[in-house]
Amino acid sequence: MRMDHYTLLQKIGIYLGIGLFLMFVLLPFLEMFRTSLSPMSHLFHAPYEIWNSEMSFQAYRDMWDKVPLLGRYIWNSIYIASMVTALSMIIITPAAYAYARLEFPLKALSLGAFLSINMFAGAVLLIPLYRLLNSLHLLNTYWAMIIPGIAFLIPTGIWLLKGYLEKIPRELEEAAYIDGASRVYTLRRVVLPLAVPGLIVVGTSVFIGAYAQQYLFAITFNQVKELQPLPAGLNQFIGYQSVEWNQMMAAALTGVLPVMAVFFFLQKYLVAGLTAGAVKE
Amino acid sequence: MSDQMVSDTASAPAVARRRGLSETWFAWLLIAPAVLFTAVIVAWPLLETVRLSFTDATINSESWVGLANYHELLGSAKFYVVVGRTFFWMALSVSLKLVVGLIGASLLAAAVPGRALFRALIMPPWVIPIAIGCIGWLWLYNGQFGFISGMGQRLGLLDGPFEFLAYKRSAFYSAIVTDVWVGTPMVSLFFLAAMQGVNRDLYEAAWVDGAGRWYRFRRITIPQIMPTIISMALLSAIWTFNSFDIIYILTQGGPRGGTTTMIIDAYKTAFGNYNLGEGATRAVAIVVLLGLFSLAYLNILNRVNRHYGVK
Repeated sequence: MRMDHYTLLQKIGIYLGIGLFLMFVLLPFLEMFRTSLSPMSHLFHAPYEIWNSEMSFQAYRDMWDKVPLLGRYIWNSIYIASMVTALSMIIITPAAYAYARLEFPLKALSLGAFLSINMFAGAVLLIPLYRLLNSLHLLNTYWAMIIPGIAFLIPTGIWLLKGYLEKIPRELEEAAYIDGASRVYTLRRVVLPLAVPGLIVVGTSVFIGAYAQQYLFAITFNQVKELQPLPAGLNQFIGYQSVEWNQMMAAALTGVLPVMAVFFFLQKYLVAGLTAGAVKE
Repeated sequence: MSDQMVSDTASAPAVARRRGLSETWFAWLLIAPAVLFTAVIVAWPLLETVRLSFTDATINSESWVGLANYHELLGSAKFYVVVGRTFFWMALSVSLKLVVGLIGASLLAAAVPGRALFRALIMPPWVIPIAIGCIGWLWLYNGQFGFISGMGQRLGLLDGPFEFLAYKRSAFYSAIVTDVWVGTPMVSLFFLAAMQGVNRDLYEAAWVDGAGRWYRFRRITIPQIMPTIISMALLSAIWTFNSFDIIYILTQGGPRGGTTTMIIDAYKTAFGNYNLGEGATRAVAIVVLLGLFSLAYLNILNRVNRHYGVK
């Protein structure tokens, strides 16, 4: 008998537990999908019916006419999150290297200051940010949704990436120094190539943050329809008289599909990556 | 001979230091972009928030009013209700996230066929925009046509349609459920990652000695992943305290203020009525209370870490 052996009863218990857990996690999506298939007449119907004979993918066709900019909103979401991720990584990577490898005055203090940024969620600082963006004439542009997003993703990014860089053997850099390489050369040609797996994991988690949390900045700093990301754009399915729930759900599911598909393939590396970065040996 | 060796090993970094930038300058150069960026987008706005809290600023005008905003805020009974509600919201939601996350991670860590798929399936609430998940929940909570009210009636648990978001108490707990739903996948994945990092020899040794699963979980898994649990709890507490999207989309802080937490109160004061000064006062209150909370927590953390022998 091995340590990982489960009795039949234990197996049933585990699957039952996983089933319950997944049901809680996936219930909203299942219900969104069911709603997207249902004609409005059946949605506004009591008593509640789980399935009806008129279910179809009609809403997935109609939604593009109801909200002509839908494709643009889906793109905006991905564009904003990608820009935030790219710029964040440019800022995070050198800083993480400094904290992982170098000794300098104010090191602990400045790292602590970075981490304390986590306490000031964007919502707390909205007022001056609004005025700042206003005076820079950046309100109602993509930048109004990109710039504030970056600042709040920097601290966690530095922390995660630092964990990775600390694992790269120091001897490789020292060998490069002794061979006469400059600091910048060593960073670019020795450290960065070795850090690629870590950069991917941190980049992915930065992207998740940027993609998941763009609603607040969008509704506060941007009034231009064409620039709205998906979560804010979905409001247009809410009419004066009624809400087109089936089309809104269809649009929401379609909109997150590209990103979900990518994550479905990346998740294995992400879990493995979190293990490597978050766990100290 | 031994002197020679010492000076040799010491000279390698010294050579590097002589060439080009000193270590200090190089490090400062590397962190400069991050420092500048956060100074402009976080530090300056923070100071500006403090300054604005002493004014009656609106969009175009402002004048100094001293402590008037603070007098008004601290003098209103409503404020203390909101503070109490916010801490209750945080405590309940974070405990649920940790407990459900720990159970979820343990289930996902079990070596059963299909676990790779299960791990993938718990990602969506974390990965999709929070606002989109909330639209799903908004519809689930609908009294007339929503799934929960509908199934409740079918199963005989409810007498008639129940509008979950229409009553103070049910709206609050509904928002908690959604907040837990959003936060649990990430907590689970971090716990899972930590569990996989635990040295298997510990389990093998315990197993050879005849320790059962529950005993191994309690005496090996939990102490080994305690640092992760503790840091996750603090991060989660801060995020939950400032959880905005979920409440704003589900209830806008209503009904009759039943789900108004400090962050919602600050936002609505500032951007609902454009009382930027009064909104800033509320934002400062958030920063002060969260700061005190974090300090208290870190203090406890140090003691717990010492107890578990972690550096």
